[in-house]
Amino acid sequence: MKKILIADDEPNIVISLEYLMQREGHEVLVARDGEEALEMISEHELDLVLLDAMMPKKSGFEVLQAVRAEHPDLKIIMLTAKGRDTDIAKGQALGADAYVVKPFSTRKLAEQVRQMLD
Amino acid sequence: MMSVGLVIAISFAYLALLFAIAWWGDKRAAEGRSIIASPWVYALSIAVYCTAWTYFGSVGRASVEGVWFLPIYLGPMLAMILAWVVIRKMVRIAKTYRITSVADFIASRYGKSPLIAGLVTLITVVGIVPYIALQLKAISSGYALLTTPAGTELPSVTQPWWQDSTLYLALALAGFIILFGTRHLDMTERHEGMVAAIAFESIVKLVAFLAVGLFVTYWLFDGLGDLFGRAMADEGLAQLLRFDHGASPFIYSQWFALVLLAMLSVLFLPRQFQVMVVENVDERHLKRAAWVFPLYLFLINLFVLPIAIGGLIYFGAGQANPDLFVLSLPLAEGAMILALFVFIGGLSAATGMVIVESIAVSTMICNDLVMPALLKTRRFGGRSGGDLTRLLKTIRRLAIIGLLLLGYLYFYLAGEAYALVSIGLISFAAVAQFAPAALGGMYWKGATRAGVLAGLLVGFGFWVYTLMLPSIAKSGWMATDFLEYGPAGLAWLKPEAFLGLSGLDPLTHSLFWSLFGNIAAFVGISLLTRPTAREASQAQLFVDVFERRGDQEPVFWQGRARVEDLKDLTERFLGAQSADRLFEEHAQAIGAESVANMPADARLVQRVETQLAGAIGSASARVMVASAVEEEPLELDDVVRILEEASQLRAYSQALEEKSRSLEQATQELKTANEQLKSLDRLKDDFMSSVTHELRTPLTSIRALTEMMRDDEDMPADQRREFLDIMVSESERLSRLVGQVLDLARIEAGHAEWHNSDVDLAVIVRQAADSIRARFEEKSARLEIKGPHQVRSLRADADRLVQVILNLLSNALKYLPEDNGRVVVTISDQPDGVTVTVSDNGVGIAPAEQAQVFDKFRQVGDQQHQGTGLGLPISRQIIEHFGGRMWVESEPGQGATFGFFLPRGGEDARANAQSRGERK
Repeated sequence: MKKILIADDEPNIVISLEYLMQREGHEVLVARDGEEALEMISEHELDLVLLDAMMPKKSGFEVLQAVRAEHPDLKIIMLTAKGRDTDIAKGQALGADAYVVKPFSTRKLAEQVRQMLD
Repeated sequence: MMSVGLVIAISFAYLALLFAIAWWGDKRAAEGRSIIASPWVYALSIAVYCTAWTYFGSVGRASVEGVWFLPIYLGPMLAMILAWVVIRKMVRIAKTYRITSVADFIASRYGKSPLIAGLVTLITVVGIVPYIALQLKAISSGYALLTTPAGTELPSVTQPWWQDSTLYLALALAGFIILFGTRHLDMTERHEGMVAAIAFESIVKLVAFLAVGLFVTYWLFDGLGDLFGRAMADEGLAQLLRFDHGASPFIYSQWFALVLLAMLSVLFLPRQFQVMVVENVDERHLKRAAWVFPLYLFLINLFVLPIAIGGLIYFGAGQANPDLFVLSLPLAEGAMILALFVFIGGLSAATGMVIVESIAVSTMICNDLVMPALLKTRRFGGRSGGDLTRLLKTIRRLAIIGLLLLGYLYFYLAGEAYALVSIGLISFAAVAQFAPAALGGMYWKGATRAGVLAGLLVGFGFWVYTLMLPSIAKSGWMATDFLEYGPAGLAWLKPEAFLGLSGLDPLTHSLFWSLFGNIAAFVGISLLTRPTAREASQAQLFVDVFERRGDQEPVFWQGRARVEDLKDLTERFLGAQSADRLFEEHAQAIGAESVANMPADARLVQRVETQLAGAIGSASARVMVASAVEEEPLELDDVVRILEEASQLRAYSQALEEKSRSLEQATQELKTANEQLKSLDRLKDDFMSSVTHELRTPLTSIRALTEMMRDDEDMPADQRREFLDIMVSESERLSRLVGQVLDLARIEAGHAEWHNSDVDLAVIVRQAADSIRARFEEKSARLEIKGPHQVRSLRADADRLVQVILNLLSNALKYLPEDNGRVVVTISDQPDGVTVTVSDNGVGIAPAEQAQVFDKFRQVGDQQHQGTGLGLPISRQIIEHFGGRMWVESEPGQGATFGFFLPRGGEDARANAQSRGERK
């Protein structure tokens, strides 16, 4: 069982992701905005973060930039509804392990998470 | 008294300082960092007008004639009012055609006539020599006063000339001026160092004069009140403060004559022409000079009457020479330092005049008297004449020495005979004779060379006969019989009552006859004679100088020339270096590959001639160019033809310019349009990106939940039910979003349909509130409506207004607190419309975010408050469609108030505005 943080401000998306990750057998934590996500990343021993790009207070990119240096081994998957190439490049440059465009396939996302955590 | 050695040492130290300033000015000019490129320096240099004659003579005149010293300074003040019109034109003409003296100015206008140039120069020399003598006299008297023990008689000029210190003063000044003004090889260069030194001298003499003025007024006496009070008490002194002469009334003619005389001389005195026209760096400096120079004159005249009255009271009338009051008053009081300073001030006034005057007049003597004669000789006139630049310099130096020696001679022979002021006025009257020819030539194309010759001769003749001869006679050099009885007893020819014109003072009388004769002859003969082609062409260039510029100027020359000949000619007078530079510049200007390849056309010939004119005067330049090329004589027809060609060229280039201007404008407009399109494009991109994001968000939930329900067959029923509920609400959100995006797009594009009717907003508000009340009850929040149940109707789309109010209410509902949520709607009927506000007690909106709430997809706070982010923008669009406005007020934590105002008749106003816009 791994510890996963879901950081997203859309309640229904959080519900979906929570169900998906719990079904995969992981412990799930939830953050509703960027600042909350930062707090939880520093407080908990996490294995993976599903990080929404557009969140109130702090964007996913800002969160990524802030935690990358201190948590080099933490797996981070960026989730975004903006599928622009520039955004993807930005996420990769900042050190995201994967970049998933919404709406995503639950099977593929689950598979990706499984591979990363192995 | 002071020791001779001290006075001489101080004087030379002052001259050395002047020279240092001049040297520095020249050095800066050579480095390209001019110190005279300042309107202040220019204005101060014009104050060279105030010579020793002003410095010593004004007090002298004031102590005899009272306020009558004033016209000499009122004239220049009036002349400066015309500066922008007249002097600017003189400056423009002189710069365009490289004119370096007043003689050249007049000669150039009348077909570059050597005869006129020579005549003007002669008149100038005759008229100016006494003026230079006057300066020598002033310095010499001042020097004598300083170095003679008090109480002894001042020595008169009785010692033999070789023992006279004034002679050595004249020679020293000549040497100094030679160092000053003729050091440069390039004669056409301006004298920057000289101008800097002159400006400095203007400050020295003003400060010195003010110092002695303050000394007399406030040290010797108790201020102006005391002085004038005492003067009024004395019959003889009170006279000075009145405009009338004793018993006789105020003499308008004399006052007018003096003002006119001074007005003309400030324009045409050689030194004024030099500093004001030739040395002008920038035409705009005239604007400053137009008030600074009159102000200077005002200041330097401020204490003239007080000093005169003070001197008369102090010494007693007739006891001391009033011309030297400025020196004798401090001396008598033992204020030695002040006396020395005043002497230096007088020295600066005198040297300033002598320096500029002799540089200006020596240029005229060289270019307009000596050169024409030399160039007629075989040695210098031929094509093989050799480099003449050194010769030019030598001639000018000799001319300077000659001028100062002549000045000394005049001083030696006649200096004691006349008061300072009379000598100055005689010079002024001579110079005034140039006015008709110069001013007429600038504005009247019909003026001819013959007319000018006649005018100058008649005017000068009258000047000699009615002013110069009488003054010589009065000095005791001639019998005065002809003054009293007329020559050969012919009374109507009496010099001071010509044709029986009596009752005027000699100066006014002379000025009347000389100017009257001058103008009559000038105009009369001009009307009777036809100008030659050369005169006509120069008339065009002078009178219309402001109407042309650069390459559009007509070139009045035809014939054949060779580049080498022109270059040889230029080298002889300007030196090889300047000639090279000139030809290279010309080649560059016309786009020729090299100097050898460029055409020797009229334009090049004209350019060479203009440059030569700067060095040797336009008349000599004309002669030299004519000798170096094969000219075809210019006929009047040719002048007309060339003018026409030039005006066609001008029209053509104007058309081109206009075209290029309109092209430029079109380009600019296109650029702006492109920028607008680009920014619209960016806005559209942003909108699309936001819409995509908003569409993808509910889609994400729907897809994820559907997939999981498909993959997870064991999902509990209640879980399945919850997911289905989410999917339904997200689908609703999607369709709402699509609807609103389309709605907004239609409104913005103007394609929305509006079903207008007379609506009562009070009714609309209650209708909307009723339909949403259930949702308020769900959250156990209160919804109150305040205001009348009926307001006067206005024209609008009822459904759209319901939509707006629903938007505002559901918006408020989203941000209400869990407990005690409360929303208040107020309706108020106003004369010109209806205002509706919706206030909640929710979280409120931070000031920074208030401006953004009406932006598309901008939701304040976190995303828990579901919404499309399009409700408020659509609402505002609707309100604005009906001519109203929508706003928000909020304090964070205190809730927010959204309000809108709808005017009555707003819909009509908008419709009208739109139809107007369409007609455009």
